[in-house]
Amino acid sequence: MSFELELSRGWIGADLAAEFPDLALLQVSMEARPGKTPPPVKERLREMSNRFTGGKAVQVRQQAVPWAYRVFFRQIGIDPDERRTPVEAAALERMRAGAFQSTNLLDDALLIAIVETGVPVLAFDRDRVQGEVGLRVAQAGEQAPYPLRGGEIVTADEAGPLSVLFGEPNPDRGVTPATERMLLAAVQVKGVPDVSVEEALWTVTETLGAGA
Amino acid sequence: MALQLLEPVLAPADERAARRSLLDQIAKLEGELAQLFCTAFPRTGFEWGVGSRGGPRLLSLGELERVRDELAERLQDNRSTLSERTWQEEQKRCLVEEMLLEPEEHRWERISNAEIGEPGCKHWHVRPRYGLIGMLVGWWRVVISSGCPLAKGRGQSAAAR
Repeated sequence: MSFELELSRGWIGADLAAEFPDLALLQVSMEARPGKTPPPVKERLREMSNRFTGGKAVQVRQQAVPWAYRVFFRQIGIDPDERRTPVEAAALERMRAGAFQSTNLLDDALLIAIVETGVPVLAFDRDRVQGEVGLRVAQAGEQAPYPLRGGEIVTADEAGPLSVLFGEPNPDRGVTPATERMLLAAVQVKGVPDVSVEEALWTVTETLGAGA
Repeated sequence: MALQLLEPVLAPADERAARRSLLDQIAKLEGELAQLFCTAFPRTGFEWGVGSRGGPRLLSLGELERVRDELAERLQDNRSTLSERTWQEEQKRCLVEEMLLEPEEHRWERISNAEIGEPGCKHWHVRPRYGLIGMLVGWWRVVISSGCPLAKGRGQSAAAR
């Protein structure tokens, strides 16, 4: 399966851009419905589980891309040993459960992208997102989905926050069984090459396409 | 548009330079800490956490300094702990060699993999050959254990156990 992705760059709030000039949000929209995981994707997860050994899990934090997200977590006030970066959380869960567990097509696609590239991808319901999506600092009282104190970094559209950065999306903005179009977004931080982010988005779209 | 209502809070130019420098220092220290973590594995007893600052959010200059300082402190503590630990492990490795050469000089001595910084449950134990007879006549040898106990299966036979 081969196709070109129409990637676009989301806006970054001025204060965030000043602090992190390399911070970017790459995104792509696609026609896709959530659903059950087809057998080829389950097989891919199984193969990934076999390749991902304990030794590799320990070394994750030393690899360039996962390390870049660890650093970014530190810089934005998160202890990555307390709240794991997405790729480390996936590695830890692989070790705990003994395999990468299949849940549903979308979550499996996001998991494959994280493990293969180290880049976390967020998914929203495109029809519930208003205008362009970007990253900014939240105002006090905004909902994401709980009331924010203000100052948190959030992904947002023109109507308000979609999620706290690296958190679960607002239930009224996230993907539901009724979703027909998805917006996939990947947060790029300093040290993560463009090609990794593009590959992460490509992996998710390809996997979702396999389930269509 | 709601976005236009948000006033960007930009740091002054001199503070921005200080912040950039602190962010770079945090990145460097985090890299060294990650490297140390991999070197120290599978040893336990290290503290890796550096307090969370309630993120994700932009940290103040003071908070960035505290993160940097705590990372540096954690790095130094763990480096000295690892250094001390590897020295002790080297002593134990030498002891294992001596046990193998002269078991009668190290009666009942027992060294585990953990003590020499290796994974697994293997241990070296100086014991008498033929039990009481060996003890009386001074026949000592090093018994190397076969490793970790087997994991229980999930089948019916395992459940019966």
